[in-house]
Amino acid sequence: MESPGLTFPFGTELRCHTLFFCCEATPESEGKSKEAEIKRINKELANIRSKFKGDKALDGYSKKKYVCKLLFIFLLGHDIDFGHMEAVNLLSSNRYTEKQIGYLFISVLVNSNSELIRLINNAIKNDLASRNPTFMGLALHCIANVGSREMAEAFAGEIPKILVAGDTMDSVKQSAALCLLRLYRTSPDLVPMGDWTSRVVHLLNDQHLGVVTAATSLITTLAQKNPEEFKTSVSLAVSRLSRIVTSASTDLQDYTYYFVPAPWLSVKLLRLLQCYPPPEDPAVRGRLTECLETILNKAQEPPKSKKVQHSNAKNAVLFEAISLIIHHDSEPNLLVRACNQLGQFLQHRETNLRYLALESMCTLASSEFSHEAVKTHIETVINALKTERDVSVRQRAVDLLYAMCDRSNAQQIVAEMLSYLETADYSIREEIVLKVAILAEKYAVDYTWYVDTILNLIRIAGDYVSEEVWYRVIQIVINRDDVQGYAAKTVFEALQAPACHENLVKVGGYILGEFGNLIAGDPRSSPLIQFNLLHSKFHLCSVPTRALLLSTYIKFVNLFPEVKTTIQDVLRSDSQLKNADVELQQRAVEYLRLSTVASTDILATVLEEMPPFPERESSILAKLKKKKGPNTVTDLEEAKRERSADVNGGPEPAPASAASTPSPSADLLGLGAAPPAPAGPPPSSGGLLVDVFSDSPSAVAPLAPGSEDNFARFVCKNNGVLFENQLLQIGLKSEFRQNLGRMFIFYGNKTSTQFLNFTPTLICSDDLQTNLSLQTKPVDPTVDGGAQVQQIVNIECVCDFTEAPVLNIQFRYGGTFQNVSVKLPITLNKFFQPTEMASQDFFQRWKQLSSPQQEVQNIFKAKHPMDTEITKAKIIGFGSALLEDVDPNPANFVGAGIIHTKTTQIGCLLRLEPNLQAQMYRLTLRTSKETVSQRLCELLSEQF
Amino acid sequence: MIKAILIFNNHGKPRLSKFYQPYSEDTQQQIIRETFHLVSKRDENVCNFLEGGLLIGGSDNKLIYRHYATLYFVFCVDSSESELGILDLIQVFVETLDKCFENVCELDLIFHVDKVHNILAEMVMGGMVLETNMNEIVTQIDAQNKLEKSEPPVMEVHLQKSTLLERKRFLHL
Repeated sequence: MESPGLTFPFGTELRCHTLFFCCEATPESEGKSKEAEIKRINKELANIRSKFKGDKALDGYSKKKYVCKLLFIFLLGHDIDFGHMEAVNLLSSNRYTEKQIGYLFISVLVNSNSELIRLINNAIKNDLASRNPTFMGLALHCIANVGSREMAEAFAGEIPKILVAGDTMDSVKQSAALCLLRLYRTSPDLVPMGDWTSRVVHLLNDQHLGVVTAATSLITTLAQKNPEEFKTSVSLAVSRLSRIVTSASTDLQDYTYYFVPAPWLSVKLLRLLQCYPPPEDPAVRGRLTECLETILNKAQEPPKSKKVQHSNAKNAVLFEAISLIIHHDSEPNLLVRACNQLGQFLQHRETNLRYLALESMCTLASSEFSHEAVKTHIETVINALKTERDVSVRQRAVDLLYAMCDRSNAQQIVAEMLSYLETADYSIREEIVLKVAILAEKYAVDYTWYVDTILNLIRIAGDYVSEEVWYRVIQIVINRDDVQGYAAKTVFEALQAPACHENLVKVGGYILGEFGNLIAGDPRSSPLIQFNLLHSKFHLCSVPTRALLLSTYIKFVNLFPEVKTTIQDVLRSDSQLKNADVELQQRAVEYLRLSTVASTDILATVLEEMPPFPERESSILAKLKKKKGPNTVTDLEEAKRERSADVNGGPEPAPASAASTPSPSADLLGLGAAPPAPAGPPPSSGGLLVDVFSDSPSAVAPLAPGSEDNFARFVCKNNGVLFENQLLQIGLKSEFRQNLGRMFIFYGNKTSTQFLNFTPTLICSDDLQTNLSLQTKPVDPTVDGGAQVQQIVNIECVCDFTEAPVLNIQFRYGGTFQNVSVKLPITLNKFFQPTEMASQDFFQRWKQLSSPQQEVQNIFKAKHPMDTEITKAKIIGFGSALLEDVDPNPANFVGAGIIHTKTTQIGCLLRLEPNLQAQMYRLTLRTSKETVSQRLCELLSEQF
Repeated sequence: MIKAILIFNNHGKPRLSKFYQPYSEDTQQQIIRETFHLVSKRDENVCNFLEGGLLIGGSDNKLIYRHYATLYFVFCVDSSESELGILDLIQVFVETLDKCFENVCELDLIFHVDKVHNILAEMVMGGMVLETNMNEIVTQIDAQNKLEKSEPPVMEVHLQKSTLLERKRFLHL
């Protein structure tokens, strides 16, 4: 902390005292006196309770005294469950002292759901109407502090009037502005925009700087949501700022703080301007540039005072000006000056300034104009990483290095981060590990460097290397055959260390199991040596790692027939076959059996090398985002991604299919008849990726990851969970009859915090709109923590359709804007009516529908196990009748039904022919309308 | 926005807590403890800003604090506030307390819970900065005192501060 220019207050240690009541435990006598404290407090609470309940009316002083005591007891962390009624009586009093203490109690102790609110609202109403500025002030404070919805309902219409009325006192205006701001934050839907908005903007010209400060805060928040409506505030803010910046330090009298004119107001005005792009009007723009230049110039002037308050105030304005310059990102001249200024601060003796400079440079690094300029400070930043005493500052340095990293300096930065990692604070190690892993992957020109870096990471900070990181290195090695041999050699060498981290054993086991053959030619790493090396670690490892190693062993059986018997001996040993852990035991039994009964060909097929993983966004990025909170990383990442989109074919986001990195150990072998069908909701980390896309409030988010999969699951069923992330769950229940349907959408808030501005919107393309009519009512914009709201959608199928509507949900959670889109599973087959018919009828109709446009056929590979019963259930779920004994081949499935639309009815016949040997299906659809055949075939093909 | 303003002493005993977002009573106490834990283990002469604890909202929020002899003044703020601006605001708050209590000490915060809240209310409202001009704040507080005195007297308060503690002068401006 900087040494303040004052000698400091609160020099008096507090010991036990008896004045209020002796209730404090001193640290020396904690245990015993803690009990004593609780005893004494309970006694005092009983006393106060009896006084409140007693027959004798309490005088004003006693009431005040007891309420103050309750406040103090509450502060110490004890529950207060009474006194509220007394407080309401106090605040309804006409005496200032009583009113004031009553309001205080209520704003500290009443939560927003209290039933007392109605009584309190009455008292507030009276005070607001009293025209007594002191009472009005108290009432406004109470509203602003409690800020509940009930209060918003009662007063949101009234407060704008007070704010802009000509005869309102300045102090009341100030309070009214902030009160309105609070209500707008909690219940924006209840604050009506209207005539008052333009008059609020003109408060920026008010004589009283306190009023201007409060109004600027209000306008900034309003302008973020309604930029058009408050556009005029830009020129007013610029001229106000200009007057402050160019004023002599004495002009603003009391608002000059340690020779800096109105620093808080300047900061607020600069924030307001950050809601808008650079002003279009050249005159305004010129004036603003002038202001910013003046602020930058002042930074170079000698200080007018040595007091730290002076430099704090001056620099607060300067940093805000720099933020605005970065935000506008349009004047190269100013950007360079800003960068130079921050460069100076990087070496300043004040820790606070170094901290802020590192932080601001992070945002500057993402600007095209200044990225290069930021890079010139790399040595200073690396030095900060090595020498700063304060972990908060070092963390900023790590962030900045990450932000300034590109191809030209990646090797240096990664090396520095790795060496810092050896001594880094435990609290930030995991984050550094993630950052190193991301940078190493993103800027790898040479994948051997990438492999080395990750193995180093595991060596230095193995405990902090999360699953995402080591899954990723395996994915990359599997996908790039140029690095496989090197990876095998490197892990083999790394495993030689007598003590190596379990994560290294995992990576080593996996890679040798896949690519051990690439180094087996060298007698120093012969198959047996590889096996013995891995097996020497086996007994020190946890169960999941051992399970992975068992899989490696069976892969060895395939790769190296010469060690087969050795491995079979290991598998056959009691410690494996009779292992207490079910998973290990099962693997040992199955692998042993597999190695004995299977022919070489079958072994080779079953234990084939892993196919490349589909390219997808690194889940490490998602993890980092989770650690840092959605807001902090996103912008930077987005910007970086744009810049580096072409690098390495980049970890591009794959909007619809991106799922979290699957565990390679989970389907290492793909043993068994067929892979299990994916079931259940998408992995929870899918929700993280949603954050990536949810930056701009107005835009509709791209489809959530997993949305397509979930959509497909609903083709053959009507109820279930459509979407789930950490915050929100969306459930569906729907029913259809003929061409009509009704869908119940349930939105569940999984958190304990309210969702605000909750707005689900159904989006249909123009095409879709003409064919499918959807009707629904808006839902309540507030969803309480743990609560569920329901929305009903009435559906009418006018004509056959192909696309699906998109459900977009936007809301605020905590301070962050959330934006989620999912495909709503309203599909053509929902309007099926099953039709039973005999074999003869079926084939007669089948022949009638034989023109080429009427038939659509698809031959495809089975994605799920080919189970007759499941297939039957799916065809019935799809909506058509399942016709038994119709097809001469009993293995085939045939179905029939009618699709109902408002305009017409379309008869449909379908036939599904499974081929078990080839694991393929042939699906044929014949309907009287080509588009219908096409769509139904698409929908149904996805199901098997 | 300012999420919370906390004052606690070197032992972590709360002396003032004001939350501008609804938290349960339990969470409030946990936030005070968490914040104390984060702030108190820091050396003197390091920077006055750090990332907020998990309970108050993690790294989206900052803790901005000053340490005055026996007391920590901590403001938890989101990213819309200027760090240095808040740091100066803490100073204005303390200087104002000193003016209103004439040499404020830790005991004043205990004896005059209501007054401290009133002073704070003149500066911060619903989590936003209301007034930064110390003279204006003091004028408002003086007006309140006058109003109080003008009302019929209530029973005399028997405070014996001076007998309990030797008061130290704490602001040498």
